[in-house]
Amino acid sequence: MPAACCCGWLLRVSSQRYQSWGRVEPPTQAARALYWRDEPLPIDAADGASYLPFGNGRSYGDVCLNDGGTLLDCRHLNRLIHFDAEQGTLRCEAGVLLADILRFVTERGWFVPVSPGTQYVTVGGAIANDVHGKNHHRAGTFGQHLRCFELLRSDGQRLLCSATDNSDFFRATIGGLGLTGVITWAEFSLRAIDNVFIDQESIRYSDLNEFFALARESDQHFEHTVAWIDCLATGAQLGRGLFMRGNHSSGENPPHQSPQKSPRQLPPRRRLALPFTPPFALVNGPGLKLFNALYYRRQRSAQVHSRVHYQRFFYPLDAIAHWNRMYGPRGFYQYQCVLPEATMEGATRQMLERIASAGAGSFLATLKLFGNRPSPGLLSFPMPGATLALDFPNQGDKTLRLLDALDRVTLDAGGRVNPSKDGRMSAAAFQQSYPNWDEMNAYKDSRLSSSFWRRVSGEAA
Amino acid sequence: MTLIQASAAKNIVIFGASSAIAMACARRWAGEDVHFFLVGRRQDRLTQVAEDLSTLGASVHCAVCDFSNLDEHENTLDACMAALGRIDLALLAWGSLPDQEACEGDSTLAAEAFHSNGLAVVALLSSLARRMAPQASGTIAVISSVAGDRGRASNYVYGAAKAAVSTFCSGLRARLRRSGVHLLLIKPGFVATPMTQGLSLPALLVATPETVASDITRALKKSRNTLYTPWFWRVIMLVIKGIPEPVFKRLKF
Repeated sequence: MPAACCCGWLLRVSSQRYQSWGRVEPPTQAARALYWRDEPLPIDAADGASYLPFGNGRSYGDVCLNDGGTLLDCRHLNRLIHFDAEQGTLRCEAGVLLADILRFVTERGWFVPVSPGTQYVTVGGAIANDVHGKNHHRAGTFGQHLRCFELLRSDGQRLLCSATDNSDFFRATIGGLGLTGVITWAEFSLRAIDNVFIDQESIRYSDLNEFFALARESDQHFEHTVAWIDCLATGAQLGRGLFMRGNHSSGENPPHQSPQKSPRQLPPRRRLALPFTPPFALVNGPGLKLFNALYYRRQRSAQVHSRVHYQRFFYPLDAIAHWNRMYGPRGFYQYQCVLPEATMEGATRQMLERIASAGAGSFLATLKLFGNRPSPGLLSFPMPGATLALDFPNQGDKTLRLLDALDRVTLDAGGRVNPSKDGRMSAAAFQQSYPNWDEMNAYKDSRLSSSFWRRVSGEAA
Repeated sequence: MTLIQASAAKNIVIFGASSAIAMACARRWAGEDVHFFLVGRRQDRLTQVAEDLSTLGASVHCAVCDFSNLDEHENTLDACMAALGRIDLALLAWGSLPDQEACEGDSTLAAEAFHSNGLAVVALLSSLARRMAPQASGTIAVISSVAGDRGRASNYVYGAAKAAVSTFCSGLRARLRRSGVHLLLIKPGFVATPMTQGLSLPALLVATPETVASDITRALKKSRNTLYTPWFWRVIMLVIKGIPEPVFKRLKF
């Protein structure tokens, strides 16, 4: 009966409502939503199951998943609480998206202090993953701009956390992957802007040495820097790419009020979308090579200056809804590592060589230098050095073997892998590269756990 | 903000202001020069909604009212008129999904569910219409449900109350037309809200309150009469209404 088939299909789809961005394995988990920040957590004292706060599901791997357990959906905690237009601080509930905050504060002359490559993350998620952005060399991580937040523990205790109050929980929760309790609201500082535009420069560079020279020079004069690299280029061209750098445009009169506005200065009007998952990955060998080669040559001159809307500068991928579906039903892994300053040049080269020889690179690989502003977070990912991030379509063992090989390069160089992007790192690799993990574990809420945490800490399910 | 430009609705009263759909609507409409009068059963929740809207720039008044207690309606409306002066937009958004099985076993429960979802709405609409008709403008938006289109075995108490509201609104709209007051009847399908928490619903058919709010805002702008939201519920309900009763009564949904 077609109706029965239809219902079965709908039910199957319904179980996929809570997924991570990489979509590698659909987990089996229940979900309960939180609606009011002053209510107790919907946790059964007696059921012995584990729970995990869930924001907008934009982390790539399994830090946002709780296979066999229950998710606490925090997206409905999406109210603003107080905005101080003089000081530039915002207090809001933890489920508010950075996209909503940006729409609100940019009209009032402010910008988020730090933003990852997508604006569709919640404030709670930004704290739990201590996210960084293109301005890490200046501003550090999101956690460094936090003034305070409320942490709701499974036993009903509410802790007001800041650098001075409950500072131990403050440090454990920033980058704490949602394991120390539910963040109900947070207050953070904003960055003042004159208008919504970015003065951007895009520079084509031809090899890795040029990248490091450009990055060091650019970080002195530009607030936002990142490079796109052609990860399939080899030999003398290894690491070639486009270096993007930009500053918030200055000038009181927003240029969008002038009659001669260029299309690049408007926010992208229509959101494109992948409405369903294609039966196979659209990212494959020859297509990838062609895309990378064309993208590298997309600008005719070696250096292009332009003034662009912040949406175009910070969130080019947000213009395509569900772009992650492009990787087909098996999903993809993102790999992001940081390599410390002393070893970064050799290790980056080694890593790119391995990826290029495996022919498994991605269409969006980025490279950036982190600054030296330490985060208060115990498990915060960034450290001074170079960070490399790439997507790999999930091709099973082959992909996992490559990523393990990359782990070895990272660990030998004294670096580490970003948990919020990870879905497969070994417990040994995690514990070696995050020596603070044991200390953080002491602040972990006993009723909270994640698929990621069980894998890397050896905690029983 | 779109709505404000379109119809200059600056004085907005929301009954059931802490319902998820109402909150998503209010957030869309909030801005400088917008005055809200929020009515709900619980002060603590109204406070949280009011903080959100006033942060967005609106001025906000709150009043506590138990809609099931019809005697409270007049006082609440008096306070609303005193605070806003006139009403550009009134949204009726409260509702509660009764436990159908419990209603079958307890007539009092069934009557209470019908009272709060149906009678109380009818009563408030009558009082509201008396106050808005002399204004000669303004809009009343009422959240009913697709459940009111046909009584299903699994929730016909709720459905019957919503059907009463839908029919009442159709008549009220015709009556108010001459006075210049418009009425929008909103029929949402499954929406992810505290009301549907715990029900096993097919995810593809479950809309977010934000989607519904966006549809409502657009329908208000276009002065539509009836809105199915999301749009595909118009098709689904057309099919459901078309099933002959001898077949329909055998369906267990």
